[in-house]
Amino acid sequence: MTAMTFARAINAGLRKSLDHDPKVVLLGEDIGTLGGVFRVTDGLQKDFGKHRVVDTPLAESAIVGAAVGLAYRGYRPVVEIQFDGFIYPAFDQIVSQVAKLHYRTRGAVKMPITIRVPFGGGIGSPEHHSESPEAYFTHTSGLRVVTVSNPQDAYTVIQQAIASDDPVLYFEPKRRYHDKGEVDEAAGLDAADPMGQARVLTDGTDVTLVAYGPLVKTALDAASAAADEGISIQVIDLRSLAPVDYDTVVASVRKTGRLVITHEAGQSGGLGAEVAASITERCFYHLEAAPVRVTGFDIPYPYSKLEMHHLPGLDRILDGVDRALGRPNSLSGLEG
Amino acid sequence: MSTDETGQGGAQAHEGAGEFQEPGLSGVPEQKLVQLITPAGERVSHPEFDLWVQDITDEQLCSLFEDMTVIRRIDVEATALQRQGELALWPPLLGQEAAQIGSGRSLRGDDFVFSSYRENGVAYCRGVDLTDLLRVWRGNASGGWDPYAINMATPQIIIGAQTLHATGYAMGIQNDGADSVAVTYFGDGATSEGDVNEAMVFAASFQAPVVFFCTNNHWAISEPVRLQSHIQLADRAAGFGIPSLRVDGNDVLAVMAATRVALDRARRGGGPTFIEAVTYRMGPHTTADDPTRYRDANELEDWAAKDPISRVAALLERKGLLTDELQDHVRNTADAVAREMRKGCTTMPDPQPMDVFKHVYSSPNSWLDRQQDHYARYLASFGDPAGAVSEEGAR
Repeated sequence: MTAMTFARAINAGLRKSLDHDPKVVLLGEDIGTLGGVFRVTDGLQKDFGKHRVVDTPLAESAIVGAAVGLAYRGYRPVVEIQFDGFIYPAFDQIVSQVAKLHYRTRGAVKMPITIRVPFGGGIGSPEHHSESPEAYFTHTSGLRVVTVSNPQDAYTVIQQAIASDDPVLYFEPKRRYHDKGEVDEAAGLDAADPMGQARVLTDGTDVTLVAYGPLVKTALDAASAAADEGISIQVIDLRSLAPVDYDTVVASVRKTGRLVITHEAGQSGGLGAEVAASITERCFYHLEAAPVRVTGFDIPYPYSKLEMHHLPGLDRILDGVDRALGRPNSLSGLEG
Repeated sequence: MSTDETGQGGAQAHEGAGEFQEPGLSGVPEQKLVQLITPAGERVSHPEFDLWVQDITDEQLCSLFEDMTVIRRIDVEATALQRQGELALWPPLLGQEAAQIGSGRSLRGDDFVFSSYRENGVAYCRGVDLTDLLRVWRGNASGGWDPYAINMATPQIIIGAQTLHATGYAMGIQNDGADSVAVTYFGDGATSEGDVNEAMVFAASFQAPVVFFCTNNHWAISEPVRLQSHIQLADRAAGFGIPSLRVDGNDVLAVMAATRVALDRARRGGGPTFIEAVTYRMGPHTTADDPTRYRDANELEDWAAKDPISRVAALLERKGLLTDELQDHVRNTADAVAREMRKGCTTMPDPQPMDVFKHVYSSPNSWLDRQQDHYARYLASFGDPAGAVSEEGAR
């Protein structure tokens, strides 16, 4: 076990994949000499060369489109999109090409592409640097979408994503990049939880609280605060957003009868809606209350002085928990 | 950027090709078309380009004539199959035979093609199975063939998207230390797309072994090429630092020469080349289009006089090669190919309902597996699964 930051853990995972498979190549803006704007790829170009860690011109569609061509040629490209809000120029290449080529070619062409996306807010940045665009991609068939909440998963899941023959969007919660945690670099992928599997983090009985990425830490803090009030919360880290491991969530909700989902992305049409609908379909007779969503608002990501109002924090999550439990809450007395 | 191969010497060598020169709109000096066979079938010499086709024997010239005739026949047959309800749609290549055969026959087996949806003649050169050629257009699949079987990606419908794939593939070739080339085909309309421009930026930056083959057929559905660009398309390449060639796209030898120049440069580590093959889409954009709504019949007539097959036939005649025997052989080959294709089309088995779920992922996916399971149960609840999806329903 080694204590390392989240960013360092991804770096270590990338290094391991580059070492393990000569077909792994990294593409992105500023990822080489600079080591990435968040230093996630620090030192990799120096150690693996300019042909494997490639600084590209500034064109996101081309970065992803070139990765498609490299995948055709038998490579396993790992693409860095510098910030969440910069992914849209590559949208067509991701949804019309990366996601569909395996289907289009009836399985002949594989697209083992990993698209790394630092995402989420809370870092005081201007527009386009704090978004949570995951629902665009969870709605796109042919992609797998994952996110991680701790350095160990960051290290493991990046390797699993790269090893996957299906394309993977790997969302990195950028406000957690500097959080430290223990990472077991010796552990092999075989022993790890499968990439698509959710993880139960606390054993609770009153409410199931589903979170992912940057809000897992907030959810755990909320569970701890709730415990002080005698409320027992089962926190689930989804880890995989497409597909969602519903078996794990269903098992929890059948026990607790109450579901709260939280994410930074806006509410309408978001992943919370999908989880709420699916759990309602599968657990209707086990639910004691309507599922509750605690999410960002349906607004453009706001300027940084106000971003903490947009982002679900500990108290907003607890307010949602109160709603699920029928305890007094901010919406008490309000109908519909 | 005008290259050595297309320098002014080349332009001077065939001023008789004046009928092809278009008035410039931008004031930028324009490249003249490289032409080796005039519309009348006269072989005109060219100081640089002659070298690139001097190995083409009479026999090979006859073979190019045959290939062009065969793909025109394929095109006519597929159009007929659409009219007869056997195909849902077809994008005709009529008029573009020289551009496709001249380039397609210049490629090596280990080169890799990333094309649009109109390069059915190139696919023929790559050895595509004729049934596979129609699979997409019959609605039986989203892609007709295994790209690795003929080293050609299946048709790209998003305009220009494939140019990036070619560039990335070429970066892979570079990494592998190989001397094959990625060749991407796209039209005049595509040159306005961001992807094509980004592809040229990447190709130039990495000096990737990729050939940008722009088929300027003058029309992007109803939009004329001048809506896309006020300079010649070939001249756009200079802004990216990519050498360009502008050839008579209805001249199979000129196209072949230009393609060979570009391939050779790429193989020798000289990076990308942009080829503008100036031709004309004689037919509609697709069988669903009606070009009489937007273009002048006179224009069509002008271009009919520059037909790519007639001019090779005229050249063969001048050389005393256009024998009855050759013409019979070519006609019989074309008929046989058309018959085989028609048979493959009409006997193609329909896909099975559950095929709709196949190959979305290469590994199990809990979301899709559940939907698939539920849909199988739904279909099984009907005596006749076909009834379940009819408009009238089966309940």
